[in-house]
Amino acid sequence: MLRLPTLFRLFAFAVLVAFLIQPQWFEPLLRPLVQENAPAIYNQGSLLQLTLLHLRTVAIATACATVVALALAILVTRRSGAEFLPLSRSLVNIGQTFPPVAVLALAVPIFGFGEKPTLIALFLYGLLPIFENALTGLTTLPPSIMEAARGTGMTGRQRLMKIELPLAMPVILAGIRLSVVISLATATIGSTVAARTLGEVIIAGLQSNNLAFVVQGGLIVAVLAVLIHDALQAAERSLGSRMGR
Amino acid sequence: MIEIEGITKRYGETTVVRDVSLTIAPRTVTVIVGTSGSGKTTLLRMINRLVEPTSGTIKLDGEDNRSLPDYELRRRIGYAIQGHGLFPHRTVAQNIATVPTLLGWDGARIEAKVTELLTLFQLDPVAFGPRYPHELSGGQQQRVGVARALAAEPKVLLMDEPFGALDPIIRAKAQDDLLAIQKHFETTIVLVTHDMEEAFHLADRIAVMDKGEVVQYATPAEMLVKPATAFVESLIGAGERPFRLLAIETVADAVEPGAAEGEAIASAATQREALSTLLWTGRKALPVIGPDGALIGKVSLDGLVQRAAGPT
Repeated sequence: MLRLPTLFRLFAFAVLVAFLIQPQWFEPLLRPLVQENAPAIYNQGSLLQLTLLHLRTVAIATACATVVALALAILVTRRSGAEFLPLSRSLVNIGQTFPPVAVLALAVPIFGFGEKPTLIALFLYGLLPIFENALTGLTTLPPSIMEAARGTGMTGRQRLMKIELPLAMPVILAGIRLSVVISLATATIGSTVAARTLGEVIIAGLQSNNLAFVVQGGLIVAVLAVLIHDALQAAERSLGSRMGR
Repeated sequence: MIEIEGITKRYGETTVVRDVSLTIAPRTVTVIVGTSGSGKTTLLRMINRLVEPTSGTIKLDGEDNRSLPDYELRRRIGYAIQGHGLFPHRTVAQNIATVPTLLGWDGARIEAKVTELLTLFQLDPVAFGPRYPHELSGGQQQRVGVARALAAEPKVLLMDEPFGALDPIIRAKAQDDLLAIQKHFETTIVLVTHDMEEAFHLADRIAVMDKGEVVQYATPAEMLVKPATAFVESLIGAGERPFRLLAIETVADAVEPGAAEGEAIASAATQREALSTLLWTGRKALPVIGPDGALIGKVSLDGLVQRAAGPT
């Protein structure tokens, strides 16, 4: 038997898919938001294609941020890398404090218009939550378990792969989840430098004073964010409950 | 055989273990006791090189424990700690299989070993093998912790306050189980505790540590009769001495010829238990039966009182 929140999420997902495939079904709902004879449904491209491109951008940026942040966190929590901890912390912090818009502005002259500047901005912006959470996860492991892992004769690599990473995984996943949600929203500004994301819909709405465009672009991003957030959270919970947390 | 020769451990200016030499005979239980900060845990952890000594050597069966990489050494030595240290994301069976897996045993052999150990520790392999540690009681977790330490059939088992987190009733049972298992596998056990009662119950020899030094290394009986320093005496507890003396010997050693009335006591029971029964039932003597159930004599109140007397 499915619980009510799960049913609600399934329903939201179904509505989202329906809207992306057959947007004209929803035209009567959006019609009141626009002036007469203006289009109520985005008509300068396929919403489905934009959504997939949007997700692809976020996925690539988060994957890169995860690899780099996790590798950095692992490096600085080893005995040999401990001295790099303060340095890597400030580097990652700078990535977070630098506004994504500024990153876009700086990256465009180097990489040109399109997806690349957006990927760089999202990558830098996504590093911090993953790095900080991985650091927390790897440094707060119960001492008795780490002692037992050494005592059973695991090598440093075996301890990392078999004990430390699996035990820190729920916390690391929480960092990735945070980073994904931030990136989903931030990716929309990529369309100001001609990256193909759902930001296009919102920007088109702002330019032609079409509230319906803004609403549908915003809602798609919001529903995506909520659904992906909940799915990742469910994954964390199922990992955590196995360990008795 | 474990030979500890002139082991010293310093952290900066503080000396935690100072020039300790001990020889631990194979297939015996040696208990290291001391107050907290006496260096007993550090000494234990230098045997499997979780701590590297500042100077001195430790030999296992004549071989320097630095002749192997540290992780290979540790796979050969069982290690059980307080609060068990079970891996929470692995099942009981996977936890026990840790060292055999690291050693690359084949699957069938690992499975047979896990089943054997769980059965030995009175845990049903089918019911407990697939469970996660947090689904077990404290006593069960502790048993799994010891089972994991014994999985690769180590000759030496190091235990750091293994029963510290258990309540008194489960603790007494766990101690008896440990002695039975030690006889079964003929393991050399080195155990650290601050509980004198536990030390006297388990030990073939006791090493008392104080401020990083071993102040006495002797059998429990020797230690009771001739405590080396005032510290050892205070650790034993002056008021407890006669009872501890009786507790380390069995009724079999105190049997006198003759007969007595009433319920009999087993010759394997401790003399302290015999004394307790005598006092409680108000009798002067108890009949004693051997392991086969045959009457072999009596144990008398006067006899026990004489045995409990210290040297004059």
